[in-house]
Amino acid sequence: MPGRWVLSLTLAIVFAAVTLAQAPAPTTTAATTTAAPAPAAAAAPAIPPDIQKKLDDLDKATKNAQMAGDNSWMLTSSALVLMMTGPGLALFYGGLVRRKNVLGTMMHSFIMMATVSILWAVVGYSLCFAEGSPFIGDFRYVFLHGVGAEPNADYAGTIPQQTWMIYQLMFAIITPALISGAFAERMKFTGMLLFMTLWSLLVYFPMAHMVWGKGGFLSGTLGGVVPAWDFAGGTVVHITSGVSALICALYLGKRTGYPNESMRPHSVVLSVIGACLLWVGWFGFNAGSALNAGPLATSAFVVTHFATAAAVLGWMITEWMMAGKPSVLGAVSGAVAGLVAITPASGFVKPMPAMLIGLLAGIICYLMVSKAKKVFGYDDALDAFGVHGIGGTLGAILTGVFATKEVNDLRMGMPMGMVDGDSGQVVNQLIAVAISWGIAIVATLVILKVCDLIVGVRMDVQQETEGMDISLHGEEGYNLES
Amino acid sequence: MKKIEAIIQPQKLESVKAALIAIGVDGITVSEVRGHGRQKGHKEVYRGMEYNVDLLPKLKVEVVIQSPRVNEVIGAIMTAAKTGSIGDGKIFVSEVLDAVRIRNDDRGEAAL
Repeated sequence: MPGRWVLSLTLAIVFAAVTLAQAPAPTTTAATTTAAPAPAAAAAPAIPPDIQKKLDDLDKATKNAQMAGDNSWMLTSSALVLMMTGPGLALFYGGLVRRKNVLGTMMHSFIMMATVSILWAVVGYSLCFAEGSPFIGDFRYVFLHGVGAEPNADYAGTIPQQTWMIYQLMFAIITPALISGAFAERMKFTGMLLFMTLWSLLVYFPMAHMVWGKGGFLSGTLGGVVPAWDFAGGTVVHITSGVSALICALYLGKRTGYPNESMRPHSVVLSVIGACLLWVGWFGFNAGSALNAGPLATSAFVVTHFATAAAVLGWMITEWMMAGKPSVLGAVSGAVAGLVAITPASGFVKPMPAMLIGLLAGIICYLMVSKAKKVFGYDDALDAFGVHGIGGTLGAILTGVFATKEVNDLRMGMPMGMVDGDSGQVVNQLIAVAISWGIAIVATLVILKVCDLIVGVRMDVQQETEGMDISLHGEEGYNLES
Repeated sequence: MKKIEAIIQPQKLESVKAALIAIGVDGITVSEVRGHGRQKGHKEVYRGMEYNVDLLPKLKVEVVIQSPRVNEVIGAIMTAAKTGSIGDGKIFVSEVLDAVRIRNDDRGEAAL
């Protein structure tokens, strides 16, 4: 096979680069932006009123300027994250299904942009980010009560709380949409809507509160019992959706005819466009999670990009060596695997470890979707578990290994991860991973059972044969004769 | 009158068309078809799932001509469509009972 040795050599060089990069080096630290301490005024002589007024005005102008900068980046990020669901994920998943299911599959993503948004305004935001128990928020922000222009200093002190609220909504939209990859081509629309609603209420909102909410059980920065690092959603978004996806695939059973009938993707072209939109949108997801436009956002942006690049090569080279050809679908799937894996680590690691995280994600996720899935025989149609469940788990654990105070000094000089000399963080990460898996498995099973009893979750065989587009939606994706 | 149906490689359409025009065949109908002969398609792999794709895209060129021109037309198509490798396609010849020009009622060879 041409190039096998060259490829092996490339792998070796990347590993060497990562190892070298772990050696202590005099680097500039990209710390979080901190306001300069106000000068003590205790013993100072009285300031004339006109000077005092000028100082106050200056103070106000500085704060306004910072809010303008941070807010513009966070609104941009919010739009970027929405773009990941539609059209990003809708195209990525839509291309992978058969022609007769393209609209139904795109609808799985698109309709989350409406249903989750309403749910979020009514109760979701409050359950996630109001202070409450360690496991769920209370109802103080229902119907967005009290969510306005004033910043919520617990989360983001330099942007309006409304910006923080709408930014977080975009995460709540894409997470259930990710699950749809596992039940693609066979779930009833009513069952899907009810499932997604209950899943948001029972899995996403509690997990988001536990990891990111004030006083959440796993909160790394706001008084958690087991402080775990999850910068942009490795546990909250990718483990919960990926593991729930596996449960859905097992509960619904295989698509009729799987694996004997041909279920080739009907348009890898759409999937390539979708994956590229995901890559771009993910900068809003990860770099936006800095919640300001400072150097930490840049750091997250940079490591996200390099991890993704390494994951593309990791997947492509592994597939090239094992299956004979470097497929385009493989390359873009590798990108998504890398984006998933770097997500929890993106605000804590340096570029070289990020590349290692991406490379491993590319290799391991390829093996999951092409080998392990066959061995176990479940029909995770579009590999939501293989990419998001596995990539998210890998990323969450490796965050504990590579998190460093040189990037994000949340512990005021104390070690952030194993590379700083604290292996305990890996244990915290493992606990967070276990809790995420546990909640996802138990809650998803219960929700599926409830949905099955009330409206049913699986299309009948006739509908499935005809395709979702005609049988569920009364349309076709491609009307070439019209 | 005879009908000649040629199943050809899609990329050979332009040269076949040119060859037919060069010998004065005026009417031609082309359709996109899928099929296989003895060649039996190829393998595609998507995320480790292997599919044998045996119905390959081809083009079907149909022309109806006066009976004495059969060998001339077959020769022109063969020269234009041949690559010498598997999958070049096939040519079928059949009898045509009548032809009608819808515009003005011309019948038989006058309608060609």
